[in-house]
Amino acid sequence: METRIYSPTAILGYGFPKESLERALQEEPDIIAVDAGSTDPGPYYLGEGIPFVTDSMLYRDLTLLIEASYKHKIPLAIGTSGGSGARSHVDKTLSIIKDILKEKSYRARIAVVYSDVDKKKLMKLLTERKHRPLGKNNPLGELTEDKIRESTRIVAQLGIEPIMKALDEEPDIIVAGRVVDVAVFAALSWIRNQHKGLAVHLGKVLECGAIAAEPGSGSDGMMGILRNNEFEVYSVNPSRRATVLSVAEHALYERTDPFREYVPGGYADLSQATYEDAGYGHVVVKGTGWVDLGERYVKLEGARLAGHRYVVVAGVRDPLFISRREELVDKAIEAVKERIHGEYNIYVHFYGANAVMGDREPNPVPGHELGIIIEVVSRDQELSKTIAGSVRSTLLHLGWPGRITTAGNLALPFSPSDLYAGKTYEWSIWHLIEERDPLEFSSLRVLEV
Amino acid sequence: MARLIDAASIIRSKNAGPFTITIDILFREKECAVKAYSYLTPERIASLYKEDPSRIEVILYEPANAVKINIPRKVPAGHPGDTDVYGAQQHAPLLELEIPFGCK
Repeated sequence: METRIYSPTAILGYGFPKESLERALQEEPDIIAVDAGSTDPGPYYLGEGIPFVTDSMLYRDLTLLIEASYKHKIPLAIGTSGGSGARSHVDKTLSIIKDILKEKSYRARIAVVYSDVDKKKLMKLLTERKHRPLGKNNPLGELTEDKIRESTRIVAQLGIEPIMKALDEEPDIIVAGRVVDVAVFAALSWIRNQHKGLAVHLGKVLECGAIAAEPGSGSDGMMGILRNNEFEVYSVNPSRRATVLSVAEHALYERTDPFREYVPGGYADLSQATYEDAGYGHVVVKGTGWVDLGERYVKLEGARLAGHRYVVVAGVRDPLFISRREELVDKAIEAVKERIHGEYNIYVHFYGANAVMGDREPNPVPGHELGIIIEVVSRDQELSKTIAGSVRSTLLHLGWPGRITTAGNLALPFSPSDLYAGKTYEWSIWHLIEERDPLEFSSLRVLEV
Repeated sequence: MARLIDAASIIRSKNAGPFTITIDILFREKECAVKAYSYLTPERIASLYKEDPSRIEVILYEPANAVKINIPRKVPAGHPGDTDVYGAQQHAPLLELEIPFGCK
């Protein structure tokens, strides 16, 4: 028994060479699986309900993938559609798919897996189920009714079973909401009763496309074959190769624990995995284990509005101001706070000194120029604008002992100088909750288009 | 003394979830990763990053000749006041760290 899986790119919408897809099709994959999601760009995209890649990039990647899937009769599975996997992300992806099908006069059976969590239902579950914050550095505290109420969107990060259920419907295309990264890669192998741990480990290697190859790329594909006691991975692009190090190294990527890849219900144990060079840029992996945890927890993700953000970008060339920067900016902010009351937060970033690392910067010594970004966030857009403008004008004209630049302290590169940066969100929910049934947090819809 | 930047082939930082920065240091040889693992104690990393040692995690990952370091974030990724949404530029204090061993 073998399962052949092609992952065309790290994130749907990041693009990939057309030639790589054509070469991959000659490898006769059983499924084309692609991850479309990441929480890395921040809570904004879940909160606001929009993808972090543009429609035109989704359209470009999906056109090529749907064409390949249709002509070669290979199912296409998309995980964490639209970036965050909430209903609006899934429906956006679905509408682009429908446009492409119509344009090409293709017919397709589409399985749609939603992962949205109803607030009322979740509030009820709070008292019935075990739940806790996920991650030891998680500062959010216990999951409460307030956190649920404040969230604009909540999704459950589904496991592999909801994708297996969708595959049972024999669809041409699966459009899934929020799922674990490995779900769309491992589901077919799990249906075929192959080794769960190896399937998950292979999924982890494939989900980032060619990032696990040498040279790595997030905009190219990777082929994986799962057999009975091993899996094999390789690049179909002759300018890349899988190497023992590139594949082993990938277990480190964006994970705190390189030995465990968790899914609801268990984890792949990578501690005994071995990596062998099979020649020609192919790598074979064996020895990955599977640990069944007996109980199931699913991760919930929620985002809440933090406010409206205005940003002021300014440069300073005067060495006296640069040497007294913190004191002077504090003084300007204090003056504004005395004048304008209300709930708002001001964050100051000194580029050239310590803007990247903040208090952790070991060498906060600026050069001859200093960049200042002043960030103002409040729930009231007009208030944010007022505060940003006031801090900017106060700082521009602030007098201080020893000042020789009495006409102005700042070089403002733009007019208008106070830029609206849109809404900004925070993670409100990043918690595990007990799941009694693997399909409990998912809902499946099948349509013929 | 040699510096870590001379001994390692890769020193990178990235988010591992929104609350943790994970730093991967990769070496050309396993032997060197093992030496680095015993030198890069949570206490040493904590003083570089001005953090409590009990909140620092250091892991040896032999399959990639690597040492992994997990550090809590001051501000969750992408929240107001964050300075590095992807956590991709938090590795710098390690570059100049002097190490009492050489590597190929």
